Amino acid sequence: MGSNQAAGGVSPPASPHKLPPNTVTILVTVILDVFFIWLVWKSVTDGLWFFTVTIILIALIINYACLRRKNYPLRWLAPSISMLVLMVLYPLAYTLYTAFTNYSQNQLLTKQQTLQVIESTKYLPVGASTYKWMAYRSPENKYLLLLIADNEQVTLLPPLGQSIETDISISSANIPNEIGSYKKLTRVESVKYLTELTEIEFGSPSATYRIKSLNEAAQYQQRYLYQPQTDTLLDQETGTIFIPIEGTFTSPDGQVLVPSFFVSIGTRNFTRLLQSAALRGPLLTVIGWTFEFSILAVVTTFFVGLLLALIFNDSLIPMKIRKLFRSIFLLPYAIPFYLSVLVWRGMMNPHIGILNHLSEQLLIYSPPWLSDPVWTKIGILIVNLYLGFPYMFLICTGALQSIPSDLLEAADVDGASPWQKIYLIQFPLLLIALGPLLIFSFAFNFNNFNVIYLFNNGGPPIPGAPTPAGYTDILISYTYRLAFEGGRGGEYGYAAAISIIIFLFLAVLTLIQFRYTRIWEQASENV
Amino acid sequence: MSESKSNFSLTKTTIKRLKIVIYSIVGCVAILFTLFPVVWVVSASFNPLDSISSQRLIPANPTIENYTQLLTDPSRPYVKWFLNSVKISSITSILVVSLTTLGAYAFSRFRFRGRRSLLVTILLVQVFPNTLAIVAIFLIVQQIGFYFPAFGLNTHGGLILVYLGAALGGNVWLMKGFFDTIPRELDEAALIDGASHWQSFWRIILPLMRPMLVVITILTYISTYGDVIIARVLLRDSSQYTMAIGLWILIQGWYTEEWGVFTAGALLGAAPVIILFYALQNQLVSGLTQGAVKG
Repeated sequence: MGSNQAAGGVSPPASPHKLPPNTVTILVTVILDVFFIWLVWKSVTDGLWFFTVTIILIALIINYACLRRKNYPLRWLAPSISMLVLMVLYPLAYTLYTAFTNYSQNQLLTKQQTLQVIESTKYLPVGASTYKWMAYRSPENKYLLLLIADNEQVTLLPPLGQSIETDISISSANIPNEIGSYKKLTRVESVKYLTELTEIEFGSPSATYRIKSLNEAAQYQQRYLYQPQTDTLLDQETGTIFIPIEGTFTSPDGQVLVPSFFVSIGTRNFTRLLQSAALRGPLLTVIGWTFEFSILAVVTTFFVGLLLALIFNDSLIPMKIRKLFRSIFLLPYAIPFYLSVLVWRGMMNPHIGILNHLSEQLLIYSPPWLSDPVWTKIGILIVNLYLGFPYMFLICTGALQSIPSDLLEAADVDGASPWQKIYLIQFPLLLIALGPLLIFSFAFNFNNFNVIYLFNNGGPPIPGAPTPAGYTDILISYTYRLAFEGGRGGEYGYAAAISIIIFLFLAVLTLIQFRYTRIWEQASENV
Repeated sequence: MSESKSNFSLTKTTIKRLKIVIYSIVGCVAILFTLFPVVWVVSASFNPLDSISSQRLIPANPTIENYTQLLTDPSRPYVKWFLNSVKISSITSILVVSLTTLGAYAFSRFRFRGRRSLLVTILLVQVFPNTLAIVAIFLIVQQIGFYFPAFGLNTHGGLILVYLGAALGGNVWLMKGFFDTIPRELDEAALIDGASHWQSFWRIILPLMRPMLVVITILTYISTYGDVIIARVLLRDSSQYTMAIGLWILIQGWYTEEWGVFTAGALLGAAPVIILFYALQNQLVSGLTQGAVKG
């Protein structure tokens, strides 16, 4: 319908992005804006600052794209850019921020959250008044507490954070056996549930009661009091004052309160990388293998792919056979990679692995694939070859077929040998065409976490390494372990610092690659 | 004259024979390398449960015990995992293709301020290792979950959001390269005839892009289907697992009792992707090779 109308009109070829935004666009934008405002308001109330900034950024992008007619092209881009901001830029910014903090498993919370946890600690003041008690229990395993003061005054309390509504009048003379679905516990039952009962806090945050023993309940008080003007915590039981030092509340005599919160520590994560000899040791080994692996992975897959492409591009072999072989070579590309890695790991397993059985029978020696550093590295390269050669085979085939055939015919006429044709014509042309892809492949393998992690989890471990590290760990898997498997708890801040360095290195590499390829020219034309 | 001519043809046949010998040897080794793991997995999956270490290539007493155990054990809902994987991968790849196509069209057909810097930024940002941003990704999914429970932790919605963000950059570039190969005269003619950008995109350009759409759909599907790392951090409940995590956890007890069941699960799990891949093989191959050479 729309196209008929447009085709019928004799309107001049006005480019649509000269038109003002139409009603529908404005309506959609307004609806989205209402949604964004609601979201920003909610997240500000909850104090999620990073989230708020991200949402505002996305809202700005969408409004900028939709409300200015000059920005019509951006409307096509708005959905993907919004997703990129949310799921790539936000994590990147957050990691950058983390790199300058001491964020770790022990320092996971913000200051506000830490104070909340610490302030919920209660203590029993000396000389606090005590009560006799009775408890009620519902079939859903909930409790009510009935306190009887020395002056016979009776109060009924729900667990902290809950409320009760009852119109039964209760006094010391009239203690009901049932309140709603709650039933009064007998003394024997009270003994039975005592451990459970002593864990529960009853009442309201300002007046919290707990059961001390079978005969006594008492009012507990908040132990630590935050004093905003001095930024300290006062221990109301002992009078000690705790001062926050790098995210941990510490008393003058060295006592600390758990949990800690994370604070900015400047560039210390980065200087630690350079200065700490203990960390540098495994790090150098890891960096060395990262480069070895990325280069060897590209070289092995490329040469196997190229060799097969050369052979199965030769018209000497009947077309049908060539097609069949090409299809078979694509198989590793079609199998989900994690399955391939796990299967290879199984085949190289010393107990049940078929490769070990075979080589034991044929060569009387079975390589310790998963426990010897050198053999594990060889194993990883084999697995990576299996995963990577089909792609190289494909792109080499494509590149070979795009080499003009008259070049090769001319070489034939000049009496070139097949080897000369490969070496002098096909190979240089291939490298020019595929150079950027090889650099891309290097960058990919530099971060090829999956193969390393799934094959042997970076192992075998380097003995005596101060942080968990293995001989086949590449930078990214080493960093992952620092963050998630560290002995002293996840060192997120330190891991983030390394990720930022990896990122910068690869970003520079990508930029250099751009500089020297047609991609760059394409991107810069007509701007 | 005649002597040199016969000499020439002799060397040619020798070279030809030599080539055939070399080709056969290399071809056979390559085929063996490619097929061996697959054949072994097939064989292992039909091997009786208790005889893994004495496995032969052709099992002495083939059995489907591994399969029945895989499909019936209530502690690992394999069918559920499988359906989860199919659901997540399908939705992700459809959304990725839609979003990247829109974006790539803009980059290819419009000239606007900031176009070049946006293109470069998208690729640079993509170099950032996703694996290491996992803490941040966890946090943002959690925060989204506060307001939209369907996209929070332990939901498939949240997982799909993460995959969407990760898949966009590189694919926009790949797709843009393809839009660039379609002559601009085609859509300019349509625009002059009064069609809107949307109409020329939908009616003229998109049909020509079919092979590329297939390539990106399949590649996204395969990589989503195979993700272990992100899914494992975001999904907690066994009933929410994808097949990748399910099988990965199954095999954590390392290759002794569970090996046969694992291979059965791996085979069944890989089958749909392999079938899809080979059904669309021609489009995939032409798409990938062209994409590679044209950059």
